[in-house]
Amino acid sequence: MASAKIIAHGVLKGDKRSIARAISLIENEQAQAQEIISLLYPHTGKAHIIGITGPGGCGKSTLVEKLVKELRREGKTVGVVAVDPTSPFTGGAFLGDRIRMQELSTDDGVFIRSMATRNTPGGLARATKDAVHVLDASRKDVVIVETAGAGQSEVEIIKVAYTILVVSAPGLGDEIQAIKAGIMEIGDIFVVNKADRENADKAVIDIQAMFETNGKNQTWKPPIIKTIAIKGDGVRELLEKIWEHSKYLESGVSVSRYSAHVEAELLEVLKQRIAQRLLNDLQRKGTLDVMLKRILAREIDPYSAADKIIAEKFGKARHD
Amino acid sequence: MEHHAEQQQMFDQKEINEIIKERKRWEQTTLPKWLSANPERKEKFTNTSEIRINRLYTPEALTSMEYTRDLGFPGEHPFARGIHATMYRGRLWTMRQFSGMGTAEQTNKRFKYLLSEGETGLSIAFDYPTITGYDADHTRACGEVGRCGVAVSSLQDFETLFNGIPLDKVTTSMTINGPAAILLAMYVAIGDQQGVPRNMLGGTTQNDMLKEFFAQKLCIFPPKPSVKLVIDIIEYCTKNLPRWNPISISGYHIREAGANAVQELAFTLYDGISYVESTLERGLKVDEFAPRLSFFFASHNDLFEEIAKFRAARRLWAKLMKERFHAKNPRSMWMRMHVQTSGCTLTAQQPLNNIIRVTIQSLAAVLGGTQSLHTNSFDEALCLPSEDAVRVALRTQQIIAHESGATKTVDPIAGGYYVETLTNQMEEKATEYIEKIDNMGGAYSAIEKGFFQKEIADSAFKYQREIDACERKLVGVNDYTIANECITIPLLRIDPKVEHEQVTRLQKLRRERDSTKVKKILAQLHDDAAQDKNLMPIIIEAVKTYVTLGEICDVLRGVYGEYKELIVI
Amino acid sequence: MSKERKIRVLIAKPGLDSHDRGAKIVARALRDAGMEVIYTGLRQTPEQIAETALQEDVDVIGLSILSGAHTTLFPRIMELIKEKGLNDVMIFAGGIIPEEDVSQMKKLGIKEIFGPGTPTEALVKFVKENVPKRT
Repeated sequence: MASAKIIAHGVLKGDKRSIARAISLIENEQAQAQEIISLLYPHTGKAHIIGITGPGGCGKSTLVEKLVKELRREGKTVGVVAVDPTSPFTGGAFLGDRIRMQELSTDDGVFIRSMATRNTPGGLARATKDAVHVLDASRKDVVIVETAGAGQSEVEIIKVAYTILVVSAPGLGDEIQAIKAGIMEIGDIFVVNKADRENADKAVIDIQAMFETNGKNQTWKPPIIKTIAIKGDGVRELLEKIWEHSKYLESGVSVSRYSAHVEAELLEVLKQRIAQRLLNDLQRKGTLDVMLKRILAREIDPYSAADKIIAEKFGKARHD
Repeated sequence: MEHHAEQQQMFDQKEINEIIKERKRWEQTTLPKWLSANPERKEKFTNTSEIRINRLYTPEALTSMEYTRDLGFPGEHPFARGIHATMYRGRLWTMRQFSGMGTAEQTNKRFKYLLSEGETGLSIAFDYPTITGYDADHTRACGEVGRCGVAVSSLQDFETLFNGIPLDKVTTSMTINGPAAILLAMYVAIGDQQGVPRNMLGGTTQNDMLKEFFAQKLCIFPPKPSVKLVIDIIEYCTKNLPRWNPISISGYHIREAGANAVQELAFTLYDGISYVESTLERGLKVDEFAPRLSFFFASHNDLFEEIAKFRAARRLWAKLMKERFHAKNPRSMWMRMHVQTSGCTLTAQQPLNNIIRVTIQSLAAVLGGTQSLHTNSFDEALCLPSEDAVRVALRTQQIIAHESGATKTVDPIAGGYYVETLTNQMEEKATEYIEKIDNMGGAYSAIEKGFFQKEIADSAFKYQREIDACERKLVGVNDYTIANECITIPLLRIDPKVEHEQVTRLQKLRRERDSTKVKKILAQLHDDAAQDKNLMPIIIEAVKTYVTLGEICDVLRGVYGEYKELIVI
Repeated sequence: MSKERKIRVLIAKPGLDSHDRGAKIVARALRDAGMEVIYTGLRQTPEQIAETALQEDVDVIGLSILSGAHTTLFPRIMELIKEKGLNDVMIFAGGIIPEEDVSQMKKLGIKEIFGPGTPTEALVKFVKENVPKRT
């Protein structure tokens, strides 16, 4: 097994095998994963990361394929991470988004990776962020993350992407219900795909209306783009809007997007690690079992129990 | 009025009550003794359509049936007993063996062999490049030329294919969908060459694209333009080729993809409904084109389920044409069907067992009233049929026709308590499916939502699980197996030279034809396609100029785009 | 902290063969057995299959073919797999592959060929037992 250094070096040179291996090591939380991320991290922050979310059946994968082709026409290199849900019963996953993009698999300027959520809540795989870092470090100009569109809250995408596309399509039965309130807040660009259908115009009006009631007052007014992804119609316009949004972010008007990401990532890792260390500690000392028994016996509630544990470990908090 | 209704019912209420009484007595006296000495082999018996099969069927099951309304007479609505008044007493079904392999020359030889052995109609199996719209020298065709059927890239191949076969003496069925217009054009061109008047050309193009999207998967273009081409052919044939069946609305592939019998029935009929709607939208009147719509079903191992399916299909289609589409001409209500015995039920293990399977499946088709039949060869789980194997397959039909007695009377199985119950149940369940798909918005909508695909995938998975768990016995595969079995039957292999020869021929053709004319026609084809004109005339002109199949498809790909399937596992 | 590695399998249909009933059943069975299955649909070229295996870093490839074109397509696929350095991927095949071709296919590096009638469980077991170990 190649060392982290060799793999990281390969990634930086754009070697596909190294990229693929790096993502696997990260997904499987193998020993070399952290070292690889450390080595690659200084080289990240260059790619523009686009998130694409929306319910199943709205044509996300077809849209991604056309978007990638348009990007390639501009001479850009692209990484794609397509996420599908892991079955909570079997632990397995059917990763089928690639089907729509298979023509691109032999384009050297494109790297496509399918990832399963592995039961991370929220429609994204835990390792997605790091997979994006790997593709970023391998010098892809753009990285597209396509979420598992199962109608669940897709708000996780905000932690990963800079420009978020919320896609819907008329005639999915649920219409705008499919775009739940949480998503209205995070969308930077709204796409009504399958726009040759009946009710496409109504869908646009509905989004505008929801926006007026729910949308935050902000300097970027999310445009609504109509596309017919299967024909490629509207994709050029969509890409132009994406670049516009990218410029808007860079202009410093909303510099918080980049720092918000980094903060979210740090907090995520901290939470994970602190919790794990704490748990390991508690289990080793037997404290966890004792506390659980007390909670079960209704001698103490979970909140007070947690406070006790934290106070013992870290001392009392200053505001107490 | 009541008196009249009583007369219509097949059994009178007094008799039924008596039968019920006696049946209950039997269940309390005779039956328990048997059950305690010989428990039944299974807790419950079902068929693929998930219909529970009773221990016994009596006239009770037919209480609400009325003979004239529900069965009637052969040749009359609702055609449950057959579309022709005399059925096989007048004319046997067409024995039409699906054939094709290697080069046009080899296939021509196989055609002549089968005709000499008594087959009464031709049926062409094309190779993968042909059916997916690629010429033999395309990169995608590499390794595939002539392997699963005959390679046809141009009219020249068709000329060889029909060398010495007079088109005024045979009818030909062509299993072709995406490029159907091209192969039909070639057939017309051969007819012209032979001097056969176009209104005498008889045969069928499968030309059923809807099922490609969820079953056979041989799509080239997306759904809307694909169906547009289907209707082009229906329209052209209605006006110019009165003896040609422009479409064979197929359930065979739906079943082979894993659907159960009632799904096969329902989804096929729904496709039929969609095509009628689309043709009406084109401006034709229902009685103009409906008489030439034809159907194609599979025949599987459960004898009675299959017979019931065929009879239910006939009656349900007749009702749909009369009530939903207001057809007046009785011929518009005929369900004319071709049946093929099931490929997926053939086993690679102990291949000779397949002869028995094919026999049962053929008998089902005959008792079900088919107009045309293909019997699989026993070696087809392993390879394309050898000459010996295909002869046995043909003999199967001939023995049933002439030795079994099944053809001595019309619809021999009617009135059977089990068969009629099952037929009614199949019709009911299929009708439920039809209503469901109607509510979903029709066939396109259902395809897009993955409805058919999910139903089929679930049925396929269930079937496999039953075999894996030995709940469903498959003789020679999960029971009565031979350990370390060696297959000793000779296998037909396609010589790899076939591809090289075909490519060479094609390249020579391209060099020798009039390339200016070819360019002009391809440009015209592009324009006609972009303007949504009926493409049959320009395609006929194109094939006569030796424009190749791949070249025509490439132009159409440029106009319509290519289709990417929706996967549902 | 290392977790139990998920087995990633690519199920591929090379060439123009459109019979996908078996491939889909195998994909579903492997998923139900806890594996991550990448299914790329019909009409895959050898180049697409090898490149997908590389990018997805799969442990196993299952090739399904019923058209008889395996004699041309499999050697090409195996050639590309080697070229891309995918030496630690296990490859199996299924469909209609005559007995007389099996030893030739195995010489190319295909671990096992499963004919019609193979119980699904046997296939799942085979994959679990033969997935290459990675250190």
